[in-house]
Amino acid sequence: MKPASFEYYAPTTVDEALAHLAEYGWDAKVLAGGQSLIPMMNFRLAQPAVLVDLNNVAELFYIRPSRDGGLLIGAMTRQRQVERDSLVAERAPMIHAAQPKVAYPQIRNRGTFGGSIAHADPSAELVAASVALGAKFRLCSRRGERWVPADQFFVGLFTTVLEPDELLVEVALPPLPPRSGWSFLEVARRHHDFALVGAAAVAGLDGRGRCEQARLVFFSVGDGPVEAHGAAGVLQGREPTADAVGEAAETAAEADVDPNSDINASAAYRRHLVKVLGRRALTEAFARARGDQ
Amino acid sequence: MTKKYVGQRMTRTEDPRLLTGQALFVDDVQIPGMLYAAFLRSDYAHALLKSIDVSAAWERPGVVAVYTAEDMGDDWQPSPPNVSPPPGMEGVTFNSRTPVPLVRDKVRHAGESLAMVLAESRYIAEDAVEDIWVELEPLDAVVDLEKALEPGAPLVHDDLDSNLAAHLAQGKGDYEAAREQADLVVKRRIVIDRGAAGAMENRGIVAHWDRKSQHLTVWDTTQSPIPIRNGLAAMFGLSSHQVRVIAPFVGGAFGPKIMMYYPEEVLLTWATLKLGRPIKWIEDRRENFYATTQERSQIHDAEMALTKEGRILGIRHEFLHDTGAYDPYGLTIPLNTQSHSMGAYDVPNYYSDLKVVFTNKTIVTPVRGAGRPQGIFLAERLLDIAARELGIDRVEIRKRNLIPPDAFPYEHKIIDQAFSPLVYDSGNYLATLEKAAATIGYRDFVEKEQPRLRAEGKHVGLGIVPFVETTGVGPYEGARVTVETDGRVSVATGVGTQGQGHFTSFAQIVADQLGVSPRDVHMVTGDTAEFHWGTGTFASRGAVVAANAINAAALGVRKKIFKQASKVLDVPEEDLELVDGHVRIADIPQKSIGLGELAVLANPLRGAVEPGTEPGLESTDYFGPQYGATANGAHALILEVDPETMMIEIKRYVAVEDCGTVLNPLILEGQIHGAVALGIANSYYEQLIYDENGQLLNASLADYLIPTATEIPVIEIDHEETLSPLNPLGSKGAGEAGTIPVPAAFAQALEDALYDYGLEILEMPMSPNKLFELLHGHDA
Amino acid sequence: MSDQYTISVSINGTQYERTVEPRLLLSDFLRHDLGLTGTHVGCEHGVCGACTVLLDGVPVRSCLMFAVQVDGHEVTTVEALGTPDDLHPLQEAFREAHGAQCGFCTPGLLLTLVPFLEENPDPTEHEIRDAIAGNLCRCTGYQHIVDAVKLASARRKA
Repeated sequence: MKPASFEYYAPTTVDEALAHLAEYGWDAKVLAGGQSLIPMMNFRLAQPAVLVDLNNVAELFYIRPSRDGGLLIGAMTRQRQVERDSLVAERAPMIHAAQPKVAYPQIRNRGTFGGSIAHADPSAELVAASVALGAKFRLCSRRGERWVPADQFFVGLFTTVLEPDELLVEVALPPLPPRSGWSFLEVARRHHDFALVGAAAVAGLDGRGRCEQARLVFFSVGDGPVEAHGAAGVLQGREPTADAVGEAAETAAEADVDPNSDINASAAYRRHLVKVLGRRALTEAFARARGDQ
Repeated sequence: MTKKYVGQRMTRTEDPRLLTGQALFVDDVQIPGMLYAAFLRSDYAHALLKSIDVSAAWERPGVVAVYTAEDMGDDWQPSPPNVSPPPGMEGVTFNSRTPVPLVRDKVRHAGESLAMVLAESRYIAEDAVEDIWVELEPLDAVVDLEKALEPGAPLVHDDLDSNLAAHLAQGKGDYEAAREQADLVVKRRIVIDRGAAGAMENRGIVAHWDRKSQHLTVWDTTQSPIPIRNGLAAMFGLSSHQVRVIAPFVGGAFGPKIMMYYPEEVLLTWATLKLGRPIKWIEDRRENFYATTQERSQIHDAEMALTKEGRILGIRHEFLHDTGAYDPYGLTIPLNTQSHSMGAYDVPNYYSDLKVVFTNKTIVTPVRGAGRPQGIFLAERLLDIAARELGIDRVEIRKRNLIPPDAFPYEHKIIDQAFSPLVYDSGNYLATLEKAAATIGYRDFVEKEQPRLRAEGKHVGLGIVPFVETTGVGPYEGARVTVETDGRVSVATGVGTQGQGHFTSFAQIVADQLGVSPRDVHMVTGDTAEFHWGTGTFASRGAVVAANAINAAALGVRKKIFKQASKVLDVPEEDLELVDGHVRIADIPQKSIGLGELAVLANPLRGAVEPGTEPGLESTDYFGPQYGATANGAHALILEVDPETMMIEIKRYVAVEDCGTVLNPLILEGQIHGAVALGIANSYYEQLIYDENGQLLNASLADYLIPTATEIPVIEIDHEETLSPLNPLGSKGAGEAGTIPVPAAFAQALEDALYDYGLEILEMPMSPNKLFELLHGHDA
Repeated sequence: MSDQYTISVSINGTQYERTVEPRLLLSDFLRHDLGLTGTHVGCEHGVCGACTVLLDGVPVRSCLMFAVQVDGHEVTTVEALGTPDDLHPLQEAFREAHGAQCGFCTPGLLLTLVPFLEENPDPTEHEIRDAIAGNLCRCTGYQHIVDAVKLASARRKA
């Protein structure tokens, strides 16, 4: 399975990269870690005329603390580095928990944080986690720069708001608000597979122990990450008892998601897993919010 | 012969080369001027070939040739069949249809080749494949086995009246009468689906016709180089001595690498003869899912008649076996299924009606297990249901039915895959089952641990299943053993090696016979220039048939050594012994002669060899068993399932095996581990999924789920040893055994774990989704 | 014919300068251009792990990289670990524990494990299995491979 021919550019700065994208537009594909793109090219499912390789753009590899207590991660930062970074463990524990679930070690050694997000696989852990955490993405082109919140970035199957001349250059992860907790769970047939269904939850309590905000995002249930707004609505202002959480999970399964059937799971099974994981993830997130864990 | 090396846990002689990447695999072969082949394969499963235009492909720089069926002219012919039923067998219908090199009239399965491109690189060849214009008119595909036999179904082979490839019914006793007398009849439909062998190395061929020497060399990832060599020679009008087929190191085979003659084997040979240039084709993983054979798909309507004490009076099953688009492998797999549908049990009445069905899917030939897992699954599932309905403990009901140790040789009175009477030669099935039960802690688990865990809300279950495996079938294998002038011993045999450690285990046999170290025994396997009589590595026969041939040849050399040494040392042969590479007089160890020196003396430069003798210390011998030896075993596992997520975890796995004499326990363990891993894969992970158009939906390793190290548990192994009376070594085959009982044991354990749901698991493979449907009663 | 690129890469400590097509996969470059056939190709879509090599000391899938991308980098293949007469301690452990059967997946496993053992000199069974989850083996059922790693790590401690 050999790829088709392509023109190859290996810029060393973001500006250079953007110049190539401006010139070639849709004819060009960005090569980040290549762990998703190159298999598709080997299968000849993707045959880009031009490949712009970002692996020599040193300025895109970094993990930095941000002033608000969160993190800034350069788009080309290797997932391996994110997995091992103590700042990530401290300031973005959900990412720290989600990262080892992504594929296998060799994939994470080469795959990049931004690459996974830009690729927008509906089963991608980092995609769902970034939405649940309220991440913001910085996009650059020769025309300028813009910030896009994660929950507006993913618009369809493998589709984001990125214009053909735009690059994702940075991910900003906000700190978790006080009195909040997180959970990240997935069910997969083999331990390192894409999830059959996954859930990323962030839950926050007010001073009286009632739910102030609940963000529940599912992955592998549709064309992209699906936020369970109905479930969040059920919990808003209520004490997060087992019953309340159960009701929220039920709402998520019945009203918030509309999963597909595929060879690994029927829509009914996925819906069922949404209910189960929704309940488990919210329970864990609230427990963390209360300081139980 | 004093046993010294046979039975030892010797590390493998071949390992240093394999571990350092210094072992030759087919894709490592590089010959100057080599061309690379790529194939245009059909996306449709069933389609008429209307037209094909390769002119653009010819134009591409770097392309040397593009061939279609038309270009082959009179050379185009379907491959000869491998294993057909003997002609004129009563009651057997068999329509032989074998694969074609390139599609000429219509496509019969997705992935069938329409054209071959030869180019300076595989990259360019694949580019050129995309240049080819082909017009295919899709036809309705034959996929469902039952629909395939309905009147009016589309025909896979238009020259036949139906999609029936074969029909065979056989039995013994009188099942209907037994049914009348039974206290319980358990009747169920059992469905098993396809899996792939999934060897890590895909197939590959390098074919090189050298015009100047008029010699053809073919490197092939085949399990059977000798039949390939004979077949290619015959097909292309060459003397077999002009053809050398080499199976170098092969990266796993598990059955499908024996399906000769694959279209690619024929095509590459044809093309190299035509062009006079070496040609390489290395299958890629996507091709492997279409172009390499698969196995397991069957539908059984089965019933078992029992007394209220749980004694099996009879078994009857009608089944459909999916052979795919062609049936080059005859009835081997479904006959194996029949041979195993009575399990390890004494069943007096049996009836089976087998229909083989053509479908528009990849060809079916044996994959490790080869029809046996399906038979065992059937017998064990019915017995488990009976045990529940009769209120008898599942181990107890099995004990009541096992063939007792004094009943051997046990004649089943049905025919086996070799079309000879099925006979089990030896075994102590009760001892094996009891050992497995003891090791897994059956009593304790059922009476104490499981109730305790259930009280905690856990769903933990145990599965325990005895089984048999027919092994070591003929026709024969051969070997040549030679003492070299430096005292080392070289051995050549026809079987190939795909990881089974033949270089070591076979050397251990020779070492014991000749008093040398196994490290001084140089083995050659799988090279027809070294040895050209035999069949191949399949059906768990290496340790039986090839090993015994090697043993016989070594014995022949031993006799020559003694005869020669007796003359040289001037002592009677009875006074001699072989120790550490020397022949010596038993009580006078100083009087000895080295084997190398003796070999020199046995091949004098002056003086004639006497009539009736041969020069040197060399012997060639063969072994053909009377019938196949039968191994047996029992597996037990404990698993936990989360009924909310359908995820399972195997907590313990126990495998007790009886394969007679064990040549090398270390190697045997490895074989069992690997086979059990495949069995687990067949239970909950791997399934080839075809849609109603014959499209394979999971043709990649991302979607076809081969278990990784995190899914396979630690496997505890124990042994019984009942020697086979059928061969001097007392050995039975062991390569496939581990796959055979796993789905049955897994199903039992899953039902046991989910006892509160009252499940019946009647299909394999299972999956989380299927389990969900069983638990929640949803439709797909 | 697409453009050719000249790359300069260190493979197992030896510097190579070669001209390659951009689409040439690193796995093919190693095996066919350089004749280093110890690295094997099992799937070309990044799942089986047979093609694993070290890029600047870190295990990666060589089937998911283009040769042009290793310009200026260091690549380590199985040939660097040892020879049949002088096995690397991990290879020796594999030999003793029977961690290889057909040997096709083995080079990729070894290169995954060498850095793993550097970072985790005393791994648990679970950690070992997790570390090799990206390497498929069809022959061994993984058990003897795990045994080999335990043996190698026990020896490092001693």
